[in-house]
Amino acid sequence: MEKKTLFDKVWDSHVVSEVPNGPQILYIDKHLIHEVTSPQAFAELEERNIPVFRPNQIVATADHNVPTKDQHLPIKDLLSKNQLEQLTKNCEKNNITLYDLGHQYQGIVHVIAPELGITLPGMTMVCGDSHTSTHGAFGTIAFGIGTSQVAQVFASQCLLLNKPKSLRVNVNGKLAKGVTPKDVILYIISQIGTNSGTGYFCEYAGNVFQEMSMEGRMTVCNMSIEMGARGGMIAPDEVTFEYIKGRTFAPKGEDLEERIAYWKTLPTEEGATFDKEYAFNAEDIAPMITYGTNPGMGIKINGTIPVNEDESFLKALDYMGFQKGESLVNKPINYVFIGSCTNSRIEDFRIAAQYINGKQKASNVNALIVPGSQQVAKQIQEEGLTAIFEKAGFEIRQPGCSACLAMNDDKIPAGEYCVSTSNRNFEGRQGQGSRTLLSSPLVAAAIAVEGKIIDITQYLN
Amino acid sequence: MEKFTTLQSKAVPLPMENIDTDQIIPARFLKVTNKIGFGNNLFRDWRFDDVDKPTASFVLNDDTYSGKILVAGDNFGCGSSREHAAWALADYGFKVIVSSYFADIFKGNALNNGLLPIQVSPEFLKEVLGLVTKRPETKIIVDLENQTIQVDGIDLKESFEIDPYKKLCMINGYDDIDFLVSNKDKIEAFEVNRSKKESIVI
Repeated sequence: MEKKTLFDKVWDSHVVSEVPNGPQILYIDKHLIHEVTSPQAFAELEERNIPVFRPNQIVATADHNVPTKDQHLPIKDLLSKNQLEQLTKNCEKNNITLYDLGHQYQGIVHVIAPELGITLPGMTMVCGDSHTSTHGAFGTIAFGIGTSQVAQVFASQCLLLNKPKSLRVNVNGKLAKGVTPKDVILYIISQIGTNSGTGYFCEYAGNVFQEMSMEGRMTVCNMSIEMGARGGMIAPDEVTFEYIKGRTFAPKGEDLEERIAYWKTLPTEEGATFDKEYAFNAEDIAPMITYGTNPGMGIKINGTIPVNEDESFLKALDYMGFQKGESLVNKPINYVFIGSCTNSRIEDFRIAAQYINGKQKASNVNALIVPGSQQVAKQIQEEGLTAIFEKAGFEIRQPGCSACLAMNDDKIPAGEYCVSTSNRNFEGRQGQGSRTLLSSPLVAAAIAVEGKIIDITQYLN
Repeated sequence: MEKFTTLQSKAVPLPMENIDTDQIIPARFLKVTNKIGFGNNLFRDWRFDDVDKPTASFVLNDDTYSGKILVAGDNFGCGSSREHAAWALADYGFKVIVSSYFADIFKGNALNNGLLPIQVSPEFLKEVLGLVTKRPETKIIVDLENQTIQVDGIDLKESFEIDPYKKLCMINGYDDIDFLVSNKDKIEAFEVNRSKKESIVI
């Protein structure tokens, strides 16, 4: 019998039926929604007089558009206020659970679902947000969808899809000191480019991923979309099961044990084949930083910008104000952002705080800490990290997507560089004219302290 | 959804690669709750400067070029899943986007809005980009039924792939919601028949 991959097993168990010569009807277990990509979908259903089919399989939160200051006060931006009110109205009307501003479970959609035990192995999960790939860390088929598809899932709890091809990225070996999950994924994307995953669903395999925490695995899977893959998955194992145990909405007792027994059957079988496969050595990976305007334009932090005459490449360097062939070390940096669905979990802040402890941010730097959820914010406080950040001169805000996409007031001024733990360095992503350099929380913390790009490998020990 | 069968039009060249959906429609314009008027802000930060003055060098501000076809560089529509990007392109008046590669989510979003993404070979793209740039009056003919794209008056033609189901939807103006809702019996049967360990409703 043909050997099955993790992806095959989860996908095949969710196929309702097939359209002859066409796509499959795929059942969706959980649908996450937020204020930005859902209103037009609700309107679509209303216009057609179609009810929401399975409201209890939908979870909503407010994240993209929320202010990260004074969340208890009325929102000043009227458009944002209206969009958030619309989400509340839509959820009330359709009996959908909403973790709104002020709720103890509110936060970035890809941070709250795992931490509440909503994300479970073997399920299918979608959200009108491309970073839904994050949840693949649990061995979940999770991917971003457009608003028309949000409406389709509202109407039928299903999507019409062609099964993507399979891709496996293997990383084996021992990571050097200071090399974190963010560096691993930035390295992979820098090697294979921003579109080599297009049309594929990716599995990450090898001891490097097996040895990562769930937070680290989420960081890796989160950025699968940045290499074009609709989603990325990591086989569920004891680390996964331990993370899930005791979470608010996770199964408990015998139910959990039964499910774990099932989840253990999910990993890719020995001998299963993939349509495409890459392998990297952990020893080749170093702390990374990006220099251009897509996440594939990354280099080792002590490396040099490649020399390339391509028009799009030169346009990117021109936007960033960098020269081909130059090193980024010693470039002054005035803004540092530690947050986003990529790196705003407790582990990210522990790593940053550990480095910062006893140090002071450079006087030229505005350093922003934005926890991914109310629960993370609470944990930061309880673990004493708040005190470390504040003492070092970092500003701690309330949970939300914040400066990752600058829909709220958290914008980087035009022309300024921001070292950011987010996922995209596109032109203007963090505010019109802003220039983003992606890095790990450790690198971002160290740069905030020095006020310039440094070779972090010289600063560890 | 509007029907699409054939189109003959001039084209606008935008050779840049990796055009992401943040460039197509920046996040600050996603705060509305309807689908109206996104065309005004299509490629906003390339089209206008920071005081909202049109940037003369940007192709959409250049009267030389017009048409319902956008010919763009490789990996068009990468990044954010925002369907607002497809709404903005369609609202501006584009019916077809030609590139050598499309990001998955964008491609799906475009097809769900009657905007046809045509993937061509890198060689064909290069020739068409060159031609359209040099001779703005060049017309391109798209025939969805026969899945061909050709340059009018010269021997430059290519076939393109499209999912047969999606092709049917485009030609007839159908969308997926009607189809899915009509399959509710099957979906309900699936829910009942799946095993408890696989079911997540807890």
